[in-house]
Order: sequence, then structure tokens, then C-alpha cells
Amino acid sequence: MKDYRYIPDTATLRLDTETCIGCGLCQTVCPHRIFVVADKKARIEDRDACMECGACARNCPVEAITVTPGVGCAVEIIARWVNGITGRTVMKGCC
Amino acid sequence: MPQVATRPDRHDRLGAFLTRLGPIRNHYKVVPGLYAVGTPTAEAPVLVTGNYKLSFDALRFSLTGIDAWILVVDTRGVNVWCAAGKGTFSTAEIVHSVKHTRLADFISHRRLIVPQLGATGVSASEVKKGCGFSVIYGPIKADDLPAFLKQGESAGEAMRTVTFPLKERLVLIPVELYLQLKQLALIMVIGFVISGVSPEIFSLSAAWRRGLLLFAATVIGMVCGSALVPALLPWLPGRQFWIKGLWPSLLAGTALLLSTAVPPAPVDQIALLLWIVAVSSFQAMNFTGCTPYTSPSGVEFEMRRGVPLQILLAVAATLLWLASPFLNT
Ligand code: SF4
Ligand code: SF4
Repeated sequence: MKDYRYIPDTATLRLDTETCIGCGLCQTVCPHRIFVVADKKARIEDRDACMECGACARNCPVEAITVTPGVGCAVEIIARWVNGITGRTVMKGCC
Repeated sequence: MPQVATRPDRHDRLGAFLTRLGPIRNHYKVVPGLYAVGTPTAEAPVLVTGNYKLSFDALRFSLTGIDAWILVVDTRGVNVWCAAGKGTFSTAEIVHSVKHTRLADFISHRRLIVPQLGATGVSASEVKKGCGFSVIYGPIKADDLPAFLKQGESAGEAMRTVTFPLKERLVLIPVELYLQLKQLALIMVIGFVISGVSPEIFSLSAAWRRGLLLFAATVIGMVCGSALVPALLPWLPGRQFWIKGLWPSLLAGTALLLSTAVPPAPVDQIALLLWIVAVSSFQAMNFTGCTPYTSPSGVEFEMRRGVPLQILLAVAATLLWLASPFLNT
């Protein structure tokens, strides 16, 4: 998204160009338009804009994309930290 | 087959209002299943959505004059995007709904239009394998559906790009504030007690006077972090949200201290300012979950920096607040 930039060099998104068959589905589903497909191969255009939603990886028919998916939500992460420390489900995340 | 209207009635409006405000946000559901909009034939498009009523309403209200089917999947009353992230709007759930509603008996084609933001939980190829329907990803916004359908079920770049304009940020603010009422009450009970600690053990008048100040400071911090930060999001300096939360609170905190008719003691002033900044920074950080561009890796990155500072500020504020009555005598 042009109006918003988040923290660079943190996204876990990776693409294995060898495996890619250029179906274009990653380009379709990505809400941040990270991929461009040209000459039957996908290319990551702007990794820093990736929000790690995982839509591309889930829809890639040949598993050429890897990303650690999740929701970018501090409340969620606090819940994970608290639950990790106490070893129980003390907190539930948001939505 | 239930047929639904494409215009809101009084109940829809009231429900939307209460949901946006906070009280019923988790219980606003529609019954999953197949619905008709207009008078759809066997060739009409099938639009898939979750059973959060606001999403369902946004969808049907965008379809004025269009004949279509709506397949409502059970997402436990959560919107498609969150549900996709949580795994309730999923391949399995769509396949189940298609079979359960015997969709194939009503429809001659084999296409499902699934919101693009649902793709996080759905694999197009597995849906095809599971129930024989091809998934076509629709636009991000329901408003774009008429154009999408007219263009032969295809979307341009703009329809596929998520945005976060002022209007969408503003509607989130009431719920953000509502969710803090419980924390606010808890903080105030504790705040009242620690405000009264004094050289004469406990002073009720101090508890009341300083407790009110602390209350005002807490509310200001919350409003800064949960209302001003969302509203001013693109313009606040810093990419990390805990940093964005510092600026409005520094300004508002200073304004509060300058505007108080009877200025609190200097130590109290510092304590209040630190507290306002800590609360605002924390709330701003919590807003990450409402935006459509923060990655979990990024949020964790910034929390490792922001949370220690917030704890430091809050502890310092508490200690100064407790110490102040003893320093001024
Ligand atoms: S994880 Fe989401 S935001 Fe990142 S590239 Fe894939 S689809 Fe785009
Ligand atoms: S979805 Fe996979 S195979 Fe298709 S273009 Fe993208 S990376 Fe290549």
C-alpha cells in the first residue's frame, strides 16, 4: 500500500522460482500486489509490503511460496506470550 | 429459499449502529445457508461470504438490481478476513456449505465467487477437489461487485489492492474505546487506592483529588492511542505503532498539565505525563491488529522494542505517583 509502509526486512515471504509454474494465482490473491508474473514465472516485487497473510502460499498449486502466516496483531502476540509463560490459555486473542 | 432485500431496514440500521459502537459486536450473526438476491436463475453467480451480519449486509446492499445467490458460510459471526486468518473461513467450511445446501442442485454452472480477502484461509485447488466448484476470487470490497460482475467476473488492480482510508479507520474507533472500559475500571480501582497513599497512611481527600487526575490522564492516554492514532495514522512519524502513539500523548499530556486550574505537584506532573505516554503507546501498538498492512513478524519486532519502554514508563509513573505525597511534606 502506498500510503502505509511497515517495518522493512521482517517479512518471512520466500519464493522458489524454480518450482513456480507461473499460474498467476499469487498475483491475484495478494492484497498488497507483491507479485508480478512475467514469462511464466512469478517475481516478488516488494517484499517489505507483505503482511504475511499467507493467501499466496495457500493458493500456490505447487507450493513454491513459503511464508510464516499469521495476523499482525499485538493483542494476539501478547496473548501468545502470556499463555507461553504461564503454560495455560489465560488470554484469548482478539477477533 | 430465503430471499433477502438489497436495502437496509430499521433493524439493520440499529444493529449496525450497536455493532459499530461495541456492545453486540461478537453476536451479530446471520444463519448460514443459501440466500437469493432478486430472482436468480440457475446461471446466476454464487457469492460466498461469512455469517457476520455486517459483512452479509454490506454484500446484499451492494447488489441492488442484481440477481445472485449468496452462500453464507459459518464463520461464527466473524468477518471473512479475520475468520480466514483464524481458519473458520476455510476450504473445508466452503466445501461443507456447498454440500450441505445442495448448491449443485440449484445451479447449472460450477463457479464460486469468494472474497479476495478470504483467500488466506481458502485454497482454490482444494475447493475444486472437494466439491467440484472452481473458486474465482472477487474484489476486496463488496461495493466493487457490480463492476466485477459486469466485467465478466474479473477485477483490475484497484479492486485487488487493500486500502485503509480515513473513513474505514474512523469507524473502528468506537469499538476500540469500548473494549477498554473494563481495563479503565480496573485501573481506576487500583488508581484510587494508590492515589490515597500518604504520610497519614491513607487520605480519602487525596485519593479523590489525585484519583480524578489519574482518571483523566488514563482516559486521555486511551483516547490518544485508540482514537487519535487511528485517525492520524498515515501522518504520524514512525513506522512502528508504539512510536506513533508517543506524539499525540506528549502533546495532549502537556496540554492537560498546562490546563489544570490547580496544577499538580511537579513530581505528580511528571508521573502523569509518563503515564499518559505509556498508555497511548500501548494502545497504539494494539491497533496493529485492526490495520490491513501489519505483518506478525513486524509486530513482534516492534513489540520487542516498545513493550519494555512502556513497562518502564508505567513503573516510573507509578513510583513517582506513590512517592510524591511524601516528597511534598
Ligand atoms: S503473504 Fe499475503 S501480503 Fe504477503 S505476499 Fe502473500 S498474499 Fe501478499
Ligand atoms: S501461485 Fe505459485 S505457481 Fe502460481 S505463479 Fe505464484 S508462485 Fe508461481
